[in-house]
Amino acid sequence: MTSLPQPAKGATKLGLVIDLDTCVGCHACAVNCKEWNASGHSAPMTDQDPYGSKPDGVWFNRVHSYEAGTGTQSRTVNFPRSCLHCETPACVTVCPTGASYKRAEDGIVLVNADACIGCKLCSWACPYGAREYDSDAGVMKKCTLCIDRIYNQTLPEHERTPACVSTCPASARHFGDLGDPDSAVSRLVAERGGFDLMPEMGYAPTNKYLPPRPRTELSPPPLPRPAETGAEGVAGRLLAWVDRALSR
Amino acid sequence: MNPAFSVIFFTTASGAGYGLLALLGLLAPAGLLPDSVAFGLVGIALALALVTTGLLASTVHLGHPERAWRAFSQWRTSWLSREGVAAVLTYIPALLFAFAWSTGGATGGTTAAFGVASAVMAVATVYCTGMIYASLKPIRQWHSPLVTRNYLLFAAFSGAVCLTALAALFGWPGEAPGGLAILLALSGLFAKLRYWRFIDGAAPGSTIESATGLGGLGKVRMLESPNTQDNYLLKEMGFRIGRKHAARLRRIALVAGFVVPALLLLLALPIGGGAGALLAVAAAVLALLGLIAERWLFFAEATHTVTLYYGRAA
Repeated sequence: MTSLPQPAKGATKLGLVIDLDTCVGCHACAVNCKEWNASGHSAPMTDQDPYGSKPDGVWFNRVHSYEAGTGTQSRTVNFPRSCLHCETPACVTVCPTGASYKRAEDGIVLVNADACIGCKLCSWACPYGAREYDSDAGVMKKCTLCIDRIYNQTLPEHERTPACVSTCPASARHFGDLGDPDSAVSRLVAERGGFDLMPEMGYAPTNKYLPPRPRTELSPPPLPRPAETGAEGVAGRLLAWVDRALSR
Repeated sequence: MNPAFSVIFFTTASGAGYGLLALLGLLAPAGLLPDSVAFGLVGIALALALVTTGLLASTVHLGHPERAWRAFSQWRTSWLSREGVAAVLTYIPALLFAFAWSTGGATGGTTAAFGVASAVMAVATVYCTGMIYASLKPIRQWHSPLVTRNYLLFAAFSGAVCLTALAALFGWPGEAPGGLAILLALSGLFAKLRYWRFIDGAAPGSTIESATGLGGLGKVRMLESPNTQDNYLLKEMGFRIGRKHAARLRRIALVAGFVVPALLLLLALPIGGGAGALLAVAAAVLALLGLIAERWLFFAEATHTVTLYYGRAA
């Protein structure tokens, strides 16, 4: 059903918290996502012309790099972009067939590939570009939050996290229940001032992004000159002479 | 937005079909159309043919056309599903309208009842079509009540020119549909100009700063795209049209779609006869071609917020 589940207070909202301060832009999350999901819930993730001049294909996770700020205050921010598993996702409500749905039990937004007619309307309705059409299969695909890992009893417990989270070498990606205010991810969001992307759209994303930390001064304060060290007597005069000689 | 031809053809053809059906349903009982069974049947058949070709064309862009029946299920939330339901339901009063006309004449009571019911369903269907676009927040050029209004207006206008041409072919002077078509052409012209003023003037609601949440650090610009070649998102949502082409196509849409058809009808109505019919048919063909240009622009000029992530305007 494309009707959204009634949001209950304290309901589980599984999602990601992405740290834009520590992300190094290595694309490992995107690659491991492709690797796992090529044989996962929404498999295959097809590519067209992968070795040709115009390669194209389905990815659930894409890493952008931005420059924020100008001049000496500018900084590079690496920015992974994937499905935010919104609380009011229009991608679900616009679906004419009921193929798109939001799970009541954990808030994950999924596509039933057997019911999808490939009309692409959901991808138009998503402001974030989370959905990508698989032209080979003729259906829409999207991030599943690795539903086939996080509940997978055959994996050791510490591996039951999304592929993008488990592979991140900088620990910039965190997975957990954002509906629980005491969960590790919720506390992280509260501590670091986690924010929503495009809040003005009103989709109420579950995933949060952590802002880059305030920068530390790049150049250390200049060393005191020997002449200013306050040394007196012969030693002071000698140092002052050395300073003058070297400053010439 | 990528202007997929199947969708452009679908909305133009079915819009004209529903417009024609609605006007037949309203004008025939009022005695403003020929009280001829042949005219009624041909008119309703033409309307349903336009609608049906349009609907079939719309399934061409689907990944799984054989599953299209599933689209009737989610009318509670989805405007696309509502459109499908309304489109199919419209056939019922339309066929009964044709039956009533052929048995009870154009102005009979049952004809009037089914005529009005057909008109109501036709308006509802076109309204749903407009709402599919108007409900999409990420596309600011579409997220406006002007969009639904224009879809209804252009459907009525193209239906009116088709009806005038048909009436003229049946040797009917066609003042009522002709006059209406001229009025609708003028309203269409001003509605389109107003829409273009709206999309050219409105400030974008979202920016690369709000999309990335990095506005607090200052101005944001993309350094590196995630992919070296265009991906699905950019092909589907990142369609770009040159400003020069847009300006030229706008003129073509206005002149071919509204101005020339109105002038041709102004000539055709007093002339009448074979020459008048020829001019009325030319007006209908031009109006439909102009509306195809208009619809192509409606897609091509629409921008999507996902392109903000790729450092483009939206």
